[in-house]
Amino acid sequence: MTLDRRAFFGTAGKYLIVTAATAKVIETFLAGATPEPAAYAAADHWWAMILDIEKCIGCGNCVRACKAENDVPLEAEYFRTWVERYHVRGDDLEHPDVDSPNGGYDGFPDKYSAGDGARTFFVPKLCNHCAHSPCVQVCPVGATFVSPDGVVLVDKSYCLGCRYCVQACPYGCRFIDPRTHTVDKCNLCYHRITKGLLPACVENCPTGSRMIGDLRNPKDPIHAFLREHKVQVLKPQMATGSKAFYNGLDGSVR
Amino acid sequence: MDAPTLLHAVQGYMYPNEVDLQWSILIVLYPFITGLVAGAFILASLERVFNVAAVKPTYRLALLTALAFLLVAPLPLQLHLGHPERSIEMYLTPHTSSAMAMFGFVYLWYLMAVLVLEIWLDYRKDIVLAARESVGWRRTLYRLLALGSDNISPGALAIDDKVGRFVTIIGIPSAFLLHGYVGFIFGSVKANPWWSTPLMPVVFLFSAIVSGIALVMLMYMAIRFLKGRAIDMPCVDTIARYFFYAFLIDFSLEMLDLIHRIYEADESFQSLDFMVHTRLYLSQIVVQIGLGTLVPLAMLALTQLVRLSEAARKTFYAIAGTLTLVGIFAMRWNVVIGGQLFSKSFLGYTSYKMAFATREGLLPAIVLLLLPFGILAVLLFLLPPWPDEEETATSEAA
Amino acid sequence: MRRLLRDGGHLLRVAGLFAAGIAAFVVLRGILVPSDFGRFGHYRAGALADNAKRPVRFAGKTACLDCHGEVADAQKGSRHANVRCEACHGPLAKHADDPGIAPAKLSAAHLCLTCHRATVGRPAKFPQVDPEEHAGGVECTSCHRPHHPEQEGKS
Repeated sequence: MTLDRRAFFGTAGKYLIVTAATAKVIETFLAGATPEPAAYAAADHWWAMILDIEKCIGCGNCVRACKAENDVPLEAEYFRTWVERYHVRGDDLEHPDVDSPNGGYDGFPDKYSAGDGARTFFVPKLCNHCAHSPCVQVCPVGATFVSPDGVVLVDKSYCLGCRYCVQACPYGCRFIDPRTHTVDKCNLCYHRITKGLLPACVENCPTGSRMIGDLRNPKDPIHAFLREHKVQVLKPQMATGSKAFYNGLDGSVR
Repeated sequence: MDAPTLLHAVQGYMYPNEVDLQWSILIVLYPFITGLVAGAFILASLERVFNVAAVKPTYRLALLTALAFLLVAPLPLQLHLGHPERSIEMYLTPHTSSAMAMFGFVYLWYLMAVLVLEIWLDYRKDIVLAARESVGWRRTLYRLLALGSDNISPGALAIDDKVGRFVTIIGIPSAFLLHGYVGFIFGSVKANPWWSTPLMPVVFLFSAIVSGIALVMLMYMAIRFLKGRAIDMPCVDTIARYFFYAFLIDFSLEMLDLIHRIYEADESFQSLDFMVHTRLYLSQIVVQIGLGTLVPLAMLALTQLVRLSEAARKTFYAIAGTLTLVGIFAMRWNVVIGGQLFSKSFLGYTSYKMAFATREGLLPAIVLLLLPFGILAVLLFLLPPWPDEEETATSEAA
Repeated sequence: MRRLLRDGGHLLRVAGLFAAGIAAFVVLRGILVPSDFGRFGHYRAGALADNAKRPVRFAGKTACLDCHGEVADAQKGSRHANVRCEACHGPLAKHADDPGIAPAKLSAAHLCLTCHRATVGRPAKFPQVDPEEHAGGVECTSCHRPHHPEQEGKS
């Protein structure tokens, strides 16, 4: 076959270009084009937490992860989340022994002996993200609020540091950040859940005791969980609309 | 707060975030000060609205005392805030569901539309006369205070009197609001059983009236004594009578709250009872109830039942008044600090370690308590409460 | 009325002062209130974005499996399949963004026992041991693969 050089290069060139173009198209379609992250629409979500007491082992991973993720001061007076250990003797629900050494940050040292006739278990605590939040009700300026997706957030650039909300929270989940002199508390790792990630405590819980759920998403497993388990909230008599649902909550828990 | 860790001071279990107290002695000071303001104003209104003529000698003094303390009232709050520079947000975006949000407006209303206006209307004649008779910077000051007006004709003064009476009438519910909302700030916190009761605003108000009356009575007796002038005994006796009645009501209300708590013995009772018998024993049982309520009540009852000499009555009033003021301060302390000493888990207690020379320590608290007296001294100098007597004194001296 | 004006002039000055004060307040309010305040409720709408702006420290299991997919295979069938990577390996967002940054070294003895040391209060069904009784002080990883501890042999 005779092929003069010009024709060769011409044909080869065209083949090359077409191949390259096709390859690019195939690459884009098969591999999936890098998608634009879907804009987070707050109104589509209504966040809640499940805490499964029957699974909590008091390892303290959640406390450590939260402090690492959210830059919480490491001293023992400041916790966005903490774990309590309950030791309930016999029928005395009103006087349990409770401890939370450094909030559970370093785990729990041995304190009780097995077979002492008492019931011992761990209870993780955090902001309950109340739907009828008393802390939001008392803020004089609107520096704390319930977001459209059900998370109780703090506006750190607006907070006066009057501490009224700290007084009004029945669950003791708020504190004053000594560095900014504004209030701080669990915000469900808002910077993570708005990107499709799990809160740091949920991500790091090894037993699945902590779960986050989206009540507005009909496919979310939280609906099945709430159907199949008897759950309670803390201090139900306060009618705060708490969205932290505890499975296996004992009557002695405060 | 800026104190070192309190963890060692915790007894039992407290939620980790509860160990440090949030509201310090400055927040104890604030209701004490606004209580004095409200009480002093109520005493002043006794003469102006209810025509109890006997207390007229204390009318102007009561108003000036109220003003001096009202000017100091926001200072403990500003010192306490994490960001005092943002406090203007309460005026810009007040959250109407928060009792605290109404502070800015109630304060400003009471200061300008009630107290300052009423003082101005009552003193206007003296201010204009002073403007006419003085020279230099004083003249400028008095002309400024008179808003440049020179009209003290009988017609103008009659209008002043009418308007002043109207302002006082509005001032009474305003005074109730100024201090009552503070009681509501505490009484509406369902999370805290030591605070949460519908009685709180009423108890606050009546203890405020008691403290305000006691203060003005003491100030009147002290100032007259220091100036070497006679004390108007019918005036003081009348004040003491109202003092006694208000105190009886206040005591009954507090006893009602106590009896109710003990009887119902709800989930918080054991924890609170233990707290009162241990950490709050000195401030509540000894100071507030014993020295601050029962002793003054007994002394005042005695003055009402037995005819005592003038000297004896003056002594009794002075002692009773002083003990009352200490007792009412202790009451504010027991409410504010007491409400934070126990855990909301009802399983533990913490301690209040008050620093001395820090932003929220004892030293600024003492300064803020003394400051109103300094301001009052200036006010009494600029606006003498008994000008007719000053004239008689100067003419006698001449 | 004329008498009021004649003798009440000082009151008009007071009223004027009050009116001026209120006007000044209204103007000040218009200037100082953040423009996005009140859009969704009684708060500054920008606070939502402020809360969402924090840096992420934990990458999340999905991100880890992008490169380390074989771990998911190793975990299949094990109860550790539900344990997410950073629960043991610590915060790895920096490493996920730049694999050049090496993750922290782990101490098996400390880590395993954080969860598996027998402690009163842990659910009875949860596998927990007294390390002395169970292994006489031998390192956990001598017998258990961390990603699939039910299987024997080193990881």
